[in-house]
Amino acid sequence: MTPTPLGKDLLGLEELSADQIRLVLDTAEAFKEVSERPIKKVPALRGKTIVNLFFEASTRTRISFEFAEKRLSADTVNVATQGSSVAKGETLVDTARNLEAMRIDMVVIRHPASGAAKFLGERIRSNVINAGDGKHEHPTQGLLDLLTLRDRFGRIEGLKVAICGDVLHSRVARSNIWGLTKLGAEVAVCGPASLLPTGLDRLGVRVIRRIDEALQWADAVNILRLQLERMEGGFVPSLREYNRIFGVTRERLARAGREVVVMHPGPMNRGVEIDSDVADGPASVILPQVTNGVAVRMAVLYLLAGGSPDWATHPAEDR
Amino acid sequence: MPTLSRIADERAVARALARMASEVVERCQGVEGLILVGIQRRGVELAERLAVLIEKSEGRQVPLGKLDITLYRDDLQSVGHRPIIGETSLPRTLDGQTVVIVDDVLYSGRTIRAALDELADFGRPSRILLCVLVDRGGRELPIQADVIGLRVATDRDDRVDVRVVERDGEDAVDVVRRG
Amino acid sequence: MTALLISGGRVIDPTRGTDGPADVLVDEGRIVAVGHNIPLGPGVARLDASGRVVAPGLVDLHVHFREPGQEHLETIASGATAAAAGGFTAVCAMPNTDPVVDNQAAVGFVVRQAIRAGKARVYPIGCISLGQKGQQLAEFGEMVAAGAVAVSDDTRPVVSSQLMRTALEYAQTFGIPVTDHCEDPSLAQGGVMHEGLVATRLGLKGIPAAAEEVVVARNIVLARLTGGHLHVCHVSTAGAVELIRRAKDLGVRVTAEATPHHLALTDLACEGYQTSAKVRPPLRSAEDRAAIVAGLVDGTIDCIATDHSPQHYDAKEREFDEAAAGVVGLETALPVALAELVKPGHLSLLGLIDRMSTAPARLYGLSGGSLAVGAPADIVIFDPNAAWRPQASDLHSKSANSPFLGREFVGRVDQTLVGGRVVFDRSVKNIDG
Repeated sequence: MTPTPLGKDLLGLEELSADQIRLVLDTAEAFKEVSERPIKKVPALRGKTIVNLFFEASTRTRISFEFAEKRLSADTVNVATQGSSVAKGETLVDTARNLEAMRIDMVVIRHPASGAAKFLGERIRSNVINAGDGKHEHPTQGLLDLLTLRDRFGRIEGLKVAICGDVLHSRVARSNIWGLTKLGAEVAVCGPASLLPTGLDRLGVRVIRRIDEALQWADAVNILRLQLERMEGGFVPSLREYNRIFGVTRERLARAGREVVVMHPGPMNRGVEIDSDVADGPASVILPQVTNGVAVRMAVLYLLAGGSPDWATHPAEDR
Repeated sequence: MPTLSRIADERAVARALARMASEVVERCQGVEGLILVGIQRRGVELAERLAVLIEKSEGRQVPLGKLDITLYRDDLQSVGHRPIIGETSLPRTLDGQTVVIVDDVLYSGRTIRAALDELADFGRPSRILLCVLVDRGGRELPIQADVIGLRVATDRDDRVDVRVVERDGEDAVDVVRRG
Repeated sequence: MTALLISGGRVIDPTRGTDGPADVLVDEGRIVAVGHNIPLGPGVARLDASGRVVAPGLVDLHVHFREPGQEHLETIASGATAAAAGGFTAVCAMPNTDPVVDNQAAVGFVVRQAIRAGKARVYPIGCISLGQKGQQLAEFGEMVAAGAVAVSDDTRPVVSSQLMRTALEYAQTFGIPVTDHCEDPSLAQGGVMHEGLVATRLGLKGIPAAAEEVVVARNIVLARLTGGHLHVCHVSTAGAVELIRRAKDLGVRVTAEATPHHLALTDLACEGYQTSAKVRPPLRSAEDRAAIVAGLVDGTIDCIATDHSPQHYDAKEREFDEAAAGVVGLETALPVALAELVKPGHLSLLGLIDRMSTAPARLYGLSGGSLAVGAPADIVIFDPNAAWRPQASDLHSKSANSPFLGREFVGRVDQTLVGGRVVFDRSVKNIDG
C-alpha cells in the first residue's frame, strides 16, 4: 500500500502535521477554480464509489460533501439513519462489514458517538472521512475555517482566534483548536464556564471569561452554535440571558474598535449566539466558509483517493 | 551512471521557438480567434514566449490560458508524488476559437489526451492544434503534434528535461540517459 | 482426603508476619503443621514448592459472576474456576444478577452453585434494597442466615441518604458491612470516562472525580453517625483516598478496596477509544493512581479487589459511548499487583499478601487469609519469577475483556488449594471438582 499524503483516513486534525494541513489547504485552492467552471466537474474520482453514511441529521455538511464528490465525478450513495438497517438496531460494526462487502472505495461518516469514524476506519479497508463524530472532531470544518482565515488574512501564523460559545460539546471547536495551534495561531475560548471543557490550558489555549474581552483580543471569532438541548441540560439558564451575556452583537463588535472577522460553522441561531446584523455584516465570512467547504472536501477526497491500496504503481514519467 | 547531453542551448531554443511561432501563425492563417493554452508547468512559460513572438510579428496580442491536467489524468495514484495542482485559467469562452495547446515535451500522449478532455469541459473550440518544443517519440495513444520545435530519439529509460529561464534560470533541453 | 506436604517453598503468612523457607503440612482440610524439615509421613503426598511462594489463598471482596441471568458471560462455576486459576480461594459475588440477589432463596442459590462447582469459595453479597431499586431495605437477616456476608447495591449507587443511613444502622445487627459503589448519578450522568484532558480531546463525556468524592464523604458522615461498617468499593480518586484517610483517623468504621486496574492504568489507556479500558468507576489521572498506591501502602485502602466484570466481546466491539464497562480481573490480579506494588518497592511480598488475602478475609469475616495451624488449608502456590503474557485463551473465565492481555507480567499461579484440596494445578489440563 502506498500511503496517501494524508494516510488512509481523515479522522481529525489532531493526527495531522502542519505540513499535511497546509497540503490540504493548497490543494483546496486549486479546487476553488473548478467550482467556477462552466462545467463544474473533473474526472479525478471517476469510477470511485463513495458512501455518505449519516447517522445524524445534517443538511449543510452532507450537501457540501455530495457536491464535492459529484464535482470529482465519484459515484455516491447516501445512507441516512431513517429507513436504513441502522434504525433497526444494526451495530456500527455490522454496518461496516456490509459496506466492506459491497467493495466501496470511501465512506464519509457522521455519527453521534465520538470515535465512530476511527472505529469504522479500523475495520474496513476503504478510506474513511470523518464528517463529525460526537463531540470529538469535524476535521473538514476545521480545514475550511483555516482556509477562510487564510483567504482573509493571507496567513494563519500569529493570528488570534477566539472560539466562542459551547466549546464543551463542540467537535468544530476541537478541530479548530488543533488546526489553528498547529499552524501557529493563538487560540482562546470564551463562553460560560459550564460549557468549557477541562484541561484546555494544557493544550496552550487561553480561556477568556467575557465576550467583550474576547472581541478586544481577537483578530477573528468563530462563534459556535448553542444547541437548545444545552438549556434543558441545565448548562445555561435561558437563550435570552445567553444572548445578553455571550451573544455577538453589532454593538459589542463595534466596541472592539477594529475589524474582527466573524465566522460561524452553521446553522446559526440568529438572535442567540449571533445577531443578524453581525452575521450579514461586512466582517462576516460565513458564506465564504460555505464556499470553501466544497473546495476543502474536494481536496480531502482527492488526496485520500490518491493512495488507495488497490491501485498499482505506474511509472511517473508519461507525457 | 546516467549521462547528460544538452541537445539544445539557449540560442537553439530561441531559434526553435521563433520557428514554432511563425508556423503557428501560418497554420492558423493569422491570429484571428487564436488562443494559446500552456500546460502546467513549463508549457505555460513556453506559451507566454510564443505569445510575445507572435505579437512582435503580427502586432496583435494573443489571449493566453493555463491548463493543469492533473485532475484529468488516468493514473491518480501518482498524485502521491506530486499532489499540488497548478492553476487553471482560460479565456471566457473557447467556443468557435482556435486553441493551440502548448507543452514542453510530447511522449506517451496521455497528457494531451487529458488536456483534450479538459478543454472539452470548458467549451467547443472550432479547432485544436498541438505545439510542443520537443517530440521524443514513444507514443501510447494516436496523438501527433502539429508544430514541433525539436525531435529527439530516446529510449524508454531516458529522461528529457526542458529548462526555462523563468523557472530554471536558463533555456535548454537536456537528455539524461540512464546507464 | 490424603494429607499433603508442601515442601521447600517460601512461606508467607501475614497473620504472623513471617516470610521464609518452610514446609506446610495439610490434613483433613486444615493446616496441621508449619515448620522446617517436616518429615514425609506414610500416606502423605508431597508437593514440591521449591522456588515458589506458598501463601494463604487470595481473597476477593468484589466479583461479578453473571449467574443467574447472563450465564453466557460467566457462571458461578466458571467464575470460581477463574478465581482458582488466579490464586483466589474465596470471592464475594455481587448481587446485581438477573434476577438480583435480594432474598434468602437467591442467596441460597449462589451458595449451592458454588458448592457444586467445588472451586474457590463463593460468598454471596446481598442487595441493600429490594430489586436494587434504592427504596426499600432487603431482608438482611434472612440473607445473612442463608450465607450472605455483606450487602451492596453495587453498580447502582445508593442515592437516598436516608436509605444509606438505615442500611448502616440495620446491618449492625448482623455484623456485616454495607458496601457502596460511591458515585453521584447526577454528576456522573452520561459520563463514560474520567473527566480530564484525555476526555476533552476524545470528545467523551467525563465523570468528574467529585462524583465519587461527594458520595464517599456523605457515606463517611453517615457511618460516623450510625457507627455502622462502611466499605467503599473500588476507590478511584485521590480525593476519596484522602477522605477515607481522615475518617479512619477520626475512628470512623470505614474500610476500602482498590482494583488492580486502577493501580496499573490511567485515563490514557482510553486513548484511541480503547473500550477494553472502559470501566466504572473510570480509570483516573496519574495523580489519582499514585494516591491509590500510597493508600494501599499506608493502609488507608485495606485491600485489593478485582471488580471482575465479565462482558461479551460484542459488547466491547462498539463505539466507546455504547460499549459495556468492566474488565475481568481474577486471573491477572496477582501479576498486576506484583508489577505495580512489589516490583517498584511500594510493598513487600508479605504486605501484598496481606492486602490480597489476610486483610480482605478479616474485613468480611471470611475463612482464609492465614497459614496458622488449625486454619483451613486455603493456599496459593505461585512462581514469583515466571514471565508470561496473558492471552484470551489462557483465561478460564468465559469472558476475556481485559486491558492486560498481551502485556508481559512476572508471577504466575501454579496451584490453588481450597480446604486442602487442589482446585487448580497449572501442570494438569483440567481439574474437575
